[in-house]
Amino acid sequence: MSPRTAILDGIRRSLKRGALPPCEYDRLNRRLAAPDTAVVPVRSGGTHAEKVERFAAMVVEMQASLDRVASAPAVISAVAAILAAFGLPPSVVAAPALEDAPWAGSGLTVRFGAATAADPVSVTPALCGVAETGTLVLLSGPESPTTLNFLPDLHIAVVAASAIVGSYEEAWARVRARGALSRTVNWITGPSRTADIEQTLLLGAHGPRRLHVILVDDRQPGA
Amino acid sequence: MHPRSRAFRANAAKALVDPGLQAALGKLKAGFRIKRAAAVARLPEFEALRDAGKAIKDHTLAHLDAYLETFETRAIAAGGQVHWARDATEARAAVLAICRAAGARTVTKGKSMVAEEIGLNEHLEANGLTPVETDLGEYIIQLRHEGPSHIVVPAIHLDRHAVADAFRAAHRERAPERDLSEPRAMLDEAREELRRHFLAADVGITGANFLIAETGSTAIVTNEGNGDLTQTLPRVHIVVAGIEKVVPTLNDAAVLIRLLARSATGQEVSVYTTFSTGPRRREDLDGPEEFHVVLLDNGRSAMLGGPFQDMLRCIRCAACINHCPVYGTVGGHAYGWVYPGPMGAVLTPAQVGLAEGRELVEASTLCGRCEQVCPMRIPLPAMLRHWRERAFERHLVPTRQHWGLMVWGFAARRPWLYHTAMRTAAWGLAWLARGSGGLRTLPGIGGWTASRDLPAPAGRTFRDQWTQRLRR
Repeated sequence: MSPRTAILDGIRRSLKRGALPPCEYDRLNRRLAAPDTAVVPVRSGGTHAEKVERFAAMVVEMQASLDRVASAPAVISAVAAILAAFGLPPSVVAAPALEDAPWAGSGLTVRFGAATAADPVSVTPALCGVAETGTLVLLSGPESPTTLNFLPDLHIAVVAASAIVGSYEEAWARVRARGALSRTVNWITGPSRTADIEQTLLLGAHGPRRLHVILVDDRQPGA
Repeated sequence: MHPRSRAFRANAAKALVDPGLQAALGKLKAGFRIKRAAAVARLPEFEALRDAGKAIKDHTLAHLDAYLETFETRAIAAGGQVHWARDATEARAAVLAICRAAGARTVTKGKSMVAEEIGLNEHLEANGLTPVETDLGEYIIQLRHEGPSHIVVPAIHLDRHAVADAFRAAHRERAPERDLSEPRAMLDEAREELRRHFLAADVGITGANFLIAETGSTAIVTNEGNGDLTQTLPRVHIVVAGIEKVVPTLNDAAVLIRLLARSATGQEVSVYTTFSTGPRRREDLDGPEEFHVVLLDNGRSAMLGGPFQDMLRCIRCAACINHCPVYGTVGGHAYGWVYPGPMGAVLTPAQVGLAEGRELVEASTLCGRCEQVCPMRIPLPAMLRHWRERAFERHLVPTRQHWGLMVWGFAARRPWLYHTAMRTAAWGLAWLARGSGGLRTLPGIGGWTASRDLPAPAGRTFRDQWTQRLRR
């Protein structure tokens, strides 16, 4: 008997039943096809403007830094400004998804692609931001390699205000709307940390020492 | 890892007189307990989430075979490979075979209690591979050749000096006189050392906090980012996970994620929650070329349908451990197996046998704090009582204790006899202790009176006094 058969048989024996009938499988598959939302914290609700404000507040509470800019072109100057503020050389590796941004004239040297251990700063887009905990949702793909999120010391993530949602479930709805899952979906909430030595909290364990979020206010006035 | 749970009493006695360990355990109270309480207080929906989380797991466990099949089908559809292992031996063999097929030499590992459970590192080392733990706590205990003493913070039993000593012994190419007095310096050193391993590894092994049937994904929750570097940089990513980790949907995982970090460390959410589905896609610029999931049973399926099924809801947050007065006094190593504290006392007999784990099920006052804080509402004290009953039925308890319980049980079922015996004992003990207020020694209970006096009873039982009051 294969281990697979033995384990499945063992489960059924313990549950004192045989394999489920097809109608039961159908019922379970319907549950999978229409994921429900059990309990959503009140703090994830409110108007969209309230969600954006909560997201911004939570990002800072989770020890990331935050910049709010009024338009997409302003993102690049915000990147240049933060590098200067941290005393870093004006050079970044960026997600290919950001190739169309107005890098020219910013004074920044930019390479598009995956990160290497030699890259101190990365810039990536986030699919969305979750107000509930100030969490960024990033998808892997040729346009946004995963190594950018973890190898550099400073990770700069760009998220549009229109892409702020309240709850994790709303974020999953956005991810599902894009079709099959990418290899990796990263939820990122603040910079890397550890408390493994004497329960002392230290930032910058193995991932980025700093997480900087640029929130782009792309909403129409009055929206 | 080999179980050493039979030695619990001796281990505990040693732990009690270990000042370093006692200092480390003292920090638990000021740390995780307060942080958890604060995080729970901030989320009004916490109790409702506990109910929802319990319902999700109960539903999944009742249909575990079907959800595992669906998980497998969809993981394969996404390009992954699924391996089933009945026990530790099969799981180790599956991981080794994948490493061999990949021509691997160096393996990085994220923190995985299942990997500890199956003794993976020893097996890989015995077969010529070099596994490197990348979670800071796991890295420290690997350097010290010891097991974890806690499932979330595995090196919690060590102070900074012990960590510095381990680093000096291991990182010999560094200047011996370097300053390692602060945790920051040690973390920076570990970061540099482990970067090398992350980049060189052929295979990365992680555990899983959740397996998601909806998408065939595995999910890990970390704060350091080591799990992500472990699973992104090497050519092959292997996930080892217990079969009870499956949940139906990504939304179900969201409910459990809201409970997990708050219960564990008091964080709103862990820094990195990562969902992995299959290997890298054709156009991807990074990520592993192979994605394997090893599903481990190791006694879990046998826990279904009986008094221990509820234990399979466990999401390994360690809240029960952090709040346990016994764990807080003796630490994790005393338990002699991977899982310490209340959840460990329930799991260990199921995994290594009741004969080995019997002492653990006795090592509880049944105060119930573990059940109070368990986000999955697992009735841990009730399960400890179940194990005690089984140990009694199988004559695993010492003969004197066995007969003592028999006699007590005989009397307890006959109220008149029980009351007469109690009345006699209350009078007799009070007479023996007359004037002194307590008994220094008493034949038959030397174990108790060796370290404390037995307070003298009032001379008359509560029932007698109560009856007299009613008559007045």
